[in-house]
Order: sequence, then structure tokens, then C-alpha cells
Amino acid sequence: MSPTTTTTLRADLAQISRWVSNGSRVLDLGCGDGTLLRHLADEQQVNGYGIELSTESVTACIQKGVNVIHTDLNAGLTDFDTQTFDYVIMTQALQMVRHPDRLIDEMLRIGKEGIVTFPNFGYWRCRLAIARGHMPVTSGLPNNWYNTDNIHLCTVNDFEALCKTKGIKILRRAVLDSQHQRDLSARLWPNLFGEMALYHISR
Amino acid sequence: MNTYPANSVGQVSPQTAAFSDDFTLESGQSLPGFELVYETYGTLNADKSNALLVCHALTGTHHAAGYHADSDKPGWWETCIGPGKPIDTNRFFVVSPNNIGGCGGSTGPLSINPATGEAWGPDFPVVTVKDWVHSQHRLMQLLEIEQWAGIVGGSLGGMTVLQWAIDLPDKLRHAAIIAAAPKLSAQNIAFNEVARTAIRSDPDFRDGHYAAQGTQPRQGLSIARMLGHITYLSDDSMGEKFGRELRDGKLSYGFDVDFQIESYLQYQGNRFVDRFDANSYLLLTKTLDYFDPAKAYGDDLAKACERIQARCFVASFTKDWRFSSKRSREIVKALLDSDRNLSYVNFESRVGHDDFLLDIPEYLETFGAWMEGVK
Repeated sequence: MSPTTTTTLRADLAQISRWVSNGSRVLDLGCGDGTLLRHLADEQQVNGYGIELSTESVTACIQKGVNVIHTDLNAGLTDFDTQTFDYVIMTQALQMVRHPDRLIDEMLRIGKEGIVTFPNFGYWRCRLAIARGHMPVTSGLPNNWYNTDNIHLCTVNDFEALCKTKGIKILRRAVLDSQHQRDLSARLWPNLFGEMALYHISR
Repeated sequence: MNTYPANSVGQVSPQTAAFSDDFTLESGQSLPGFELVYETYGTLNADKSNALLVCHALTGTHHAAGYHADSDKPGWWETCIGPGKPIDTNRFFVVSPNNIGGCGGSTGPLSINPATGEAWGPDFPVVTVKDWVHSQHRLMQLLEIEQWAGIVGGSLGGMTVLQWAIDLPDKLRHAAIIAAAPKLSAQNIAFNEVARTAIRSDPDFRDGHYAAQGTQPRQGLSIARMLGHITYLSDDSMGEKFGRELRDGKLSYGFDVDFQIESYLQYQGNRFVDRFDANSYLLLTKTLDYFDPAKAYGDDLAKACERIQARCFVASFTKDWRFSSKRSREIVKALLDSDRNLSYVNFESRVGHDDFLLDIPEYLETFGAWMEGVK
């Protein structure tokens, strides 16, 4: 990996790219403007597809030469056959979908492994806002309760409990603080000091 | 001297390429040579790497862009082809042929059958999309183009693109398949059969020998076109455009035109009769019905798509019900299953199937972004 791209790549995406093996086949759910897939293709010979609902983002992917399928994650992923990707990645979209639990099942049906990231609602700033009687507005959750797309927020503990219930293995976990760095307190108390949680999972 | 919009290719005129060898068709029949009428826009570069083929839809022609000297009506894809447009003629040398079997000038039922010295009429053999691909390949060879930078088309034109990409995979680098389907549904074929029945049951059809007998199945062909137009618009857009508006403000309590939609369909039907040949329409609807690129691969479209080398762009429109998004998704799935390079966009509809011809900013912008990657 070249140092120039790692510094420009968002910290969570940089972390994900460290988990993805070179030359693998990746499906990126809610791929946004295709930054991650472009990076993986350029630096790690990864090929694959992004899935994105916003036409604007789809256009941005196309401009980058990233393969993208314009579709709604909530409409299901039946077009994708079982175990056809090495990784199915979903960054910062879990909390926006209608059935996150079913989508995680789908990710691990289609992919051999999954990588999920989400804003940790157990983060101390969120707890503080709630303690003060308000829904949190933080750098990780920048919108107000009335104009957010987030409908299924969860904490690190919630996510791990769901994985346990479903018999999903957590291969690796990383939590990033508000500067999107992996600092010690976030590592020791992820549910309190982690603003963003990243999980590498499999069946 | 006419003045044309700055982003138009301006005045154009068609050319004709003649091929004298026997041309064997997929049906086993053969044509004793054939002619392709085509237009070109832009300039072929020195290494001939910027050639782009445009495939037209069912009743389209080679006149895809610009203006003929005797008409102020631009080509059918003027929205997309021109300097600075998605198919940028500053960058590409665009080749737009008319399909054989049609009536736009390429060899078809109106052409003279050299064996009889008379027009082919109903005896013109049924041609398939595969035949079109091979006839266009002959044109490609004549123009000494080694590989198309891309092939693009909508509706039946999009299907032609798909057939090209499967049949001659090393002859194109990019494929844009817009508002198409991997094959016709039973409902699609049903509409075509009603259209054909309307033509063939017109007393003036005379088993297809209407020209020789000085008649023309105007009524039948007009009904066929009216039926087509119903499928080109969505229920919503037809509702928005016409609603239940009355032409003369009151009901006639008879069988004359009451509603605006009736008047619109009558107009479209009548206008079509003046420019289209009934035998051609019969043939072309058969070409559509027969289109099925997966058939040669055990009905497995993904297997057929494994042959494709081109980067693909598949696009559909949300309210198209002739070839709905679902049908484009079948193509997408086959391309995904065969691990091809692919982007797919489902654009917000304005009118339905005809959207692929229209100036819809979101569509032109995204298609343009994809075309920028065509090199």
C-alpha cells in the first residue's frame, strides 16, 4: 500500500483495506462515491462492485471507473448468489437499513466474510447527550433526530450480542475515536470511547 | 443556409456501403449481397481507435443525429450525440447504420430482389439480431476499424449491443445497453402478434403484395403503431399528458374520437404509415421476438455473458413497462454472475420506454460520465 493513499484515505476505510486480502473479490454495500473500491482496486488488485441508492453517488462511482449497481439495499440482494464474494463490506449503512439483522445474514450468505462499520451509540458523547435529555448530535451522528436517515442505531455491546445470538464469529474488531484514531482508551473501553466501530465477521 | 444549434453535428447526409458476396442468414436463407445505409459523425482518428457504433431501435434509422438538408427535424438521438454531448462527436467517430430488413434505405422488403427484378416485398427473409451484428461487422471491416471503442443503443438497439458483445467480444471495448431486455416476455410477443395480425388482416395487405397491387395496409399498420405507442408510455405519463381530456369538450355518444388520447394515437398511427413499410414492420417485430442470445448457451445468459470482454453500462427507466427495470436487472445479474465489468443505473422515468430518447438531465449526465471512460 502506498503511503500517499493511506494518508488521504479516511481512517475507517484505511482500516478496512488492511483487513481485505490482495486480489480478492468484494461487494461494497452502500459504497457512496466509490472511494474504497477505487482504492482497493488501485492498491490491492481487488475487483468487485459497489451497491448504491443515490444516483449522484452512482455517477461519482462511474466517474472513478468503479463498477456500481444502482439499487436499494432494502429491496434485497437476491441477485447475488451464495458465497460468490470474498468480502461483503458495509460502511456506515447498517443503522440506516430496514432490517439490519437480515442484511447481516445476507452479507454472510453472499460473502465468505463480512466487514461492517457503524457509529457506536454507546459512545460517551451520545450517553452524555441522552443524560442531558437530548438525542446526540456528534461528528459521527451529525444530523438532528428529525432529519437523520439512521433508524437502527446500536452500541458495540448490542452488535456483539446480535452476533452471539446469530452464531456469527467476530474475527477482528477496531474502534476509532472522534479523530478516527485507534487510541488506548477506545481499545480498553470500546463501548464508551469508540465513536465508530468496525467489525470483521464470518459464519 | 440553415443555422444549427452549436451542440449539433449540423447537416449530415447518409452514405451507402454495398456488399456483393452472398450473406448467409441465421435462418439458413441467404441474401445475394446487401447494402447498408449509414451516417457518420465526428472524425476517425489516425489509429482508428475512436470509432463508436450506434444501434437503432425497432423503427429507427441511420439518421441518429444532425439534420438532413431537406428537413428541420433532427436525428432520433440528437439529445445524446453531438459536440459536448454524452456521445461526444469531438471525441468519437460515430457510425450509425440502418438495419437490414427495415425500410430506411438498407436492404429490405422495398429493395429489388435481383433474382426476380422486383421488390422483395413479403418474400424478404426474416433477419435476426445476430444477422444485424454480422452485417454491421462487414461495415466495420469496410471502414477498416479493428475494434469499436464502444457500441451503444437503446431498446432493440440495446439488444443489438448485447448480441455484439457476446458474438464478437474482441471487437468492442465498451457496451451500453439501455432500456433493453435479454429476450422478449410472452406479453411482449403478444403485443407484437396483435400488431402483426392487424397488418395481415387489413384487406389492403394482399398477403404482402400490396405495393404491386397498388394498395397499402394503412389501417393495419396504423393500428400496429398505435399499439406500440401504448407500450412506449407509462400509465402515469399517459395520464399526466392526456388524462381523460376530451378533444371537443364533450362526449359524442358515438364512435368518433372523444378523448385526447384517441386523437394522439390516431395521429401517431397515421404519421407512421407515411414513413414505414408494413412488410418491414412484420419482419422487425419477428426479429424482436426471436432475439434470445442465451439460447445458444443452454438458455444460460450468464454463460453467454462469460464471453463478453467489454465494460458494460446497463440502464433502465423506472416506469418503462415495455422493457422494465426488472428485465434490465436480468442482464445485470447475468453480467454479475459472469464477473464482468458492469455499472447499472435505474433512472427516474419521465414518460416510460421512450425515456432513453429524451433530454433527461440525470440520465444524460450519468451516461455522459460513463462515456467519458470510453477510450
